[in-house]
Amino acid sequence: MEAQGTVFKYGNNVDTDVIIPARYLNTSDPAELAKHCMEDIDSEFIHKVKDGDIIVADKNFGCGSSREHAPLAIKKAGVSVVIASTFARIFYRNALNIGLPIFECPEAAVGIAAGDEVKVDFDTGVITNVTKNETYQAEPFPEFMQALIKAGGLINYIREQKAQ
Amino acid sequence: MGMTMTQKILAHHAGLPEVKAGQLIMSKLDLVLGNDITAPVAITEFNKIGIDEVFDKNKVALVPDHFTPNKDIKAAEQCKLIREFAHAKEITNYFEIGEMGIEHALIPEKGLVVPGDVVIGADSHTCTYGALGAFSTGVGSTDMAAGMATGESWFKVPSALKFELTGKPGPWISGKDVILHIIGMIGVDGALYRSMEFVGEGLANLSIDDRFTMANMAIEAGGKNGIFPVDEVVLDYVKEHSCRDYTVYKADPDAEYDAVYQIDLSTIRPTVAFPHLPDNTRTIDEVGDVKLDQVVIGSCTNGRIEDIRVAAKILNGKKVAKGIRCIIFPATQKIYLQALREGLIEQLVEAGAAFSTPTCGPCLGGHMGILAKGERALATTNRNFVGRMGHPESEVYLASPAVAAASAITGRISNPEEIAD
Ligand code: SF4
Repeated sequence: MEAQGTVFKYGNNVDTDVIIPARYLNTSDPAELAKHCMEDIDSEFIHKVKDGDIIVADKNFGCGSSREHAPLAIKKAGVSVVIASTFARIFYRNALNIGLPIFECPEAAVGIAAGDEVKVDFDTGVITNVTKNETYQAEPFPEFMQALIKAGGLINYIREQKAQ
Repeated sequence: MGMTMTQKILAHHAGLPEVKAGQLIMSKLDLVLGNDITAPVAITEFNKIGIDEVFDKNKVALVPDHFTPNKDIKAAEQCKLIREFAHAKEITNYFEIGEMGIEHALIPEKGLVVPGDVVIGADSHTCTYGALGAFSTGVGSTDMAAGMATGESWFKVPSALKFELTGKPGPWISGKDVILHIIGMIGVDGALYRSMEFVGEGLANLSIDDRFTMANMAIEAGGKNGIFPVDEVVLDYVKEHSCRDYTVYKADPDAEYDAVYQIDLSTIRPTVAFPHLPDNTRTIDEVGDVKLDQVVIGSCTNGRIEDIRVAAKILNGKKVAKGIRCIIFPATQKIYLQALREGLIEQLVEAGAAFSTPTCGPCLGGHMGILAKGERALATTNRNFVGRMGHPESEVYLASPAVAAASAITGRISNPEEIAD
């Protein structure tokens, strides 16, 4: 699997309250949520983002509440992969469980700038900055996670297992 | 190599003699929890799996606490979905308005968690039950759905930070000051992916309510869980609230920690977290003149009986300053009733505070106390992120109930030592 897109770049501690503000949580419809994705730190995001685009951030991305609405909103907005120096742990779980690929890679978080064209190879963990002609190596998913992501998330994975 | 307390609990629940930090394991679950925001998503996911029953109808808990009593039509629809699911699946632990409370105060109070348990909840503050010597951690709705279906969950075994507590806290110092001090020291990602194990002789000076507050905010330091050893204080609480069997796990003497911190409780000052992160802390002596519009006392962090008692003690016979909205929300019906019987509600209402039914309400900017643009609140809650309590240009300061009550009287962030007689 592979993804390629234009980068939206953010800093440290992007919390779930800015990814999707609590005032919109009275719905769990991903399309409704996506309309307000990143609204409180980047009101332009949702108007500019195209399918396949990539979010790159620094440390502790997705900290705060356990709301799965956050990765759901990001995925539905069209984002193909999120790269950060580190992720908050619940966001890390949620993203993989709903099938939003994420990579921890401090070098990429430093090297990649807003607007760069970036390509990610999910199998090898190689991140290519097409604009700057640089590559960064992230840890590829362990086998267990590969299976989860391939199945499209935890629920499909369990369903497939139950069916067997 | 030895295991931490958390690692021992996880190893046992995974059926393994030993686990190591970083290892991926599949663990059995003793309780799976969700609320009116996260459970509807989990129920939708659960229904996609294509099975009829939850793994154990006594081991699932559903608590509509965030936007309840229903704030609007959408909230009503979400709660209806949970209620119908609870009914259809014959879930024992569904708590309706009138018997409910904020989940993290309610679940221990109902005796649903005991020492040695593994609990997941689709709410980040599920880490609260570590106060009882259980491994409990917040997960997402999909984890909750999978947990309800299989009674199992995957975990990456955490490494740990150890906090050795000594000494006795001063008169107006509570667990809230201790945990804000710790978060200020290690930062909002200081415990990322790790357990926070609290140990030491200083624990004897921390009540069970203090410990719930501290475990509750482990997530504000990025922690996977916070956990306390099982001592007399814990056992007294467990015996009073639960008839379930429990298992006491202790960390091995040679367990490895990523870092060990020494904290002398007698040196801790009333501590306030400034906007917009819980680690942006200052002691009360460094706060300066911060005028307020609203004071909020309650939540799963500080809505327990001790918190209401402290607030009443400070506010009794005094008045909330003109122009300040002081909103108090107890965490559960039981606490509400206890406050009523002890005469605390009368004292607080006489002082000019608004006293609410249990709800998360203002804590997450849901309802019952939203901030307008430019307004400033001091709250005993756990998060002060941008827009947390309302308008993105409002501000939230975090502190203990004692600081909150003192501040309600003066209208600016104040030291309880100066207000209390
Ligand atoms: S009181 Fe606040 S922090 Fe606690 S569960 Fe409710 S919304 Fe979350």
